[in-house]
Amino acid sequence: MRLSWSDERFRGIVWQVLIVALVVGTIWWLWQNTTHNLRTRNIATGFDFLWREAGLPIGESLIAYSPADSYFRALLAGLLNTLKVALVGIVLATVLGTLIGIAKLSRNWLLSRVAGAYVEIIRDLPLLLQLLFWYALMQLLPGPRQALNPIEGVFLSNRGMKLPFIHWQDAHTAALLAFAAGCAGAWLYARARRAAQMRDGQPRAAWPGALVLMLGLPLAVWGAMGAPFEPDMPRLVGFNFRGGLTLTPEYAALLIGLVTYTAAFIAEIVRAGILAVNQGQWEAAQALGLPGGKTLRLVVLPQALRVIIPPLTSQFLNLTKNSSLAVAIGYPDIVSIANTTLNQTGQAIEGIAIIMLVYLTISLSISLFMNWYNAKIALVER
Amino acid sequence: MSDITAPVRFTPAAPRTPPLLAAGPIGWLRANLFSSWLSTAVTLLLGYLLVRWAIGFVDWAFVKAIWSVETGADGRPQTQPCRLNREGACWAVVTENHRFILFGLYPYEEQWRPLLACVLFVGLYVVSAMRRFWRKELAIIWLITLTVIGILMWGGVFGLTYVDQERWGGLPITLILSTFGLAFAFPLAILVALGRRSSLPAIRIICVLYVELIRGVPLISLLFMASVVFPLFLPEGLNIDKLLRAQVAVILFAAAYLAEVVRGGLQALPRGQYEAADALGLSYWQKTGLIVLPQALRIVIPPLVNTFIGFFKDTSLVLIIGIYDLTNAAKTAIVEPAWVGFGPEVYLFVGTIYLVFCFAMSKYSHGLEAELNRHRRR
Repeated sequence: MRLSWSDERFRGIVWQVLIVALVVGTIWWLWQNTTHNLRTRNIATGFDFLWREAGLPIGESLIAYSPADSYFRALLAGLLNTLKVALVGIVLATVLGTLIGIAKLSRNWLLSRVAGAYVEIIRDLPLLLQLLFWYALMQLLPGPRQALNPIEGVFLSNRGMKLPFIHWQDAHTAALLAFAAGCAGAWLYARARRAAQMRDGQPRAAWPGALVLMLGLPLAVWGAMGAPFEPDMPRLVGFNFRGGLTLTPEYAALLIGLVTYTAAFIAEIVRAGILAVNQGQWEAAQALGLPGGKTLRLVVLPQALRVIIPPLTSQFLNLTKNSSLAVAIGYPDIVSIANTTLNQTGQAIEGIAIIMLVYLTISLSISLFMNWYNAKIALVER
Repeated sequence: MSDITAPVRFTPAAPRTPPLLAAGPIGWLRANLFSSWLSTAVTLLLGYLLVRWAIGFVDWAFVKAIWSVETGADGRPQTQPCRLNREGACWAVVTENHRFILFGLYPYEEQWRPLLACVLFVGLYVVSAMRRFWRKELAIIWLITLTVIGILMWGGVFGLTYVDQERWGGLPITLILSTFGLAFAFPLAILVALGRRSSLPAIRIICVLYVELIRGVPLISLLFMASVVFPLFLPEGLNIDKLLRAQVAVILFAAAYLAEVVRGGLQALPRGQYEAADALGLSYWQKTGLIVLPQALRIVIPPLVNTFIGFFKDTSLVLIIGIYDLTNAAKTAIVEPAWVGFGPEVYLFVGTIYLVFCFAMSKYSHGLEAELNRHRRR
């Protein structure tokens, strides 16, 4: 390397040094300003405020929470609320989006047109506006005493949606754990069966054993603990409902908005994925004598999924990030609680750092999982 | 040889009409709506639901709707008839408040100025959409139009009264945030995309960090940052207006997403183009400006338009930090006690405005994609 401008490597190093100096300098300048401003305004930095009493009420929480608890616990409740809406939303949006995507490919003209119109209209409206619209509709519902009662045990009022549930007992938790264990067992069992098939070429059906593991095990555990079952029906007592499962209007509006919005994008992804599979693949599978179901499961879906998974991941991420719009309709998610926290304590930088850290963690986890899955199903070439 | 007969004259049979059930409208119906039992059932069910909903909607939105209300002695609108009429829409909330929803608190007599600014914005979009204007002069057109819009909105010169940014609101804010956002984010995005593909590791790392950090967090957190943390970043005494801070957040956010779109175009360009430019002895900037970007940007115009639709919608998020864009103006219009409870009507009205803009862009993007890919079709 020569110390001359005509040497490419030397130029490269000079450029890098200049740009790094510029970036570091800007950050240093901002940092100096910030520390100076914080000192003049007497704002203490640090995360000590997390252990102070929050004093902010939270409408709904998955963990026991009272305003006397610390900010940390309030933020934790908010984080769980975010995860609650994001996870349920991802599952429902995937199901709805897949159905609409398939409907758009239907040979029935009316069905494909209706699905197309849905996708176009939903995608052209801001999500925030849709959330406000759903929330405004929820508030127009009648009060609890005149609640709509479309099906026995289901009540719709401006206090939210009431659904029948069961009295939760230890046996149910145990059955749920058994179900999780059964799923893991079924996966291992299916793997072993497939490995055996690979060895001697004899086809082996894995589903009967898997079904026994997934359904039989939890049923057996539940039966062994006395098979408790007490329905918990919502009923009107005075001016409000007692019992049952509650979906608050905020949660319902947020969930409906996120699911219908994201489903429109997922529908397009699913449609593109199915169209991406060459027509020749269907014909080749038929020529091999594979029945319809097997063609779909063994030939078409694995190829379509390869196209679908990467954009689907970014839609899951979008849904999670969009759940932060909850703050506009008063659902206590992490952003809304962190916002209240930073208004109450004045710890603006820490509050925003918490929000960003939470979302970066969620984004990176979903990306990592999806990258792993994507690598697993990727086409193995030579 | 008498068995030679005269050649039989060929008389073509009269053409038969295609079977009535397989061609024409009936054939179309049979193929597309009633091809099987399942298809028939779906058609009938969907048709029934659609007709029922359409009748219900027309009944609510037009037949039983109330279009205006009287103003009472106290100067407040009398919305009692609307409240009693539970079966129809109350469009009075839109007709009475449309000036506020569209232009916010801009002085009433001066509202022709934001209106003209909106018309200029739309004209700018139309001109930019025409391929005939895709030249260097387009940048000058943008510069001039945006300056004129700035003069119109602020005033203070040419006999226009000065209007503070605090009073701006409604549709102009939405258009300003998205258009200025794009105008500034686009050059930044190109630099970041080039940086991400640079062979210099330090520059690459900085660009990757920037893009991934911004894309990993929701826009709201950036807007919060703009509204509460930006003032702390600046030296004492230097205050930037809230709208400008939100604009900066939108630009930084948009640039990260646009950079990924541009990077897609850079990657799609065949290697031979880079190598040919190198072989001609062009410098990095000559190669980028004359060979790479003109081709790469052409490839990504349709996804760029789609990204722009996304930003146009995302500007509604400034509602959360209290800027009066179109969505927030609608939300504020129904805060007044007289209008509480007429949310659906207002949101439908505002939604129609968004729909018109986004639908036009989306149709344009589809058309452009078909046109630009014409040479690939066989």
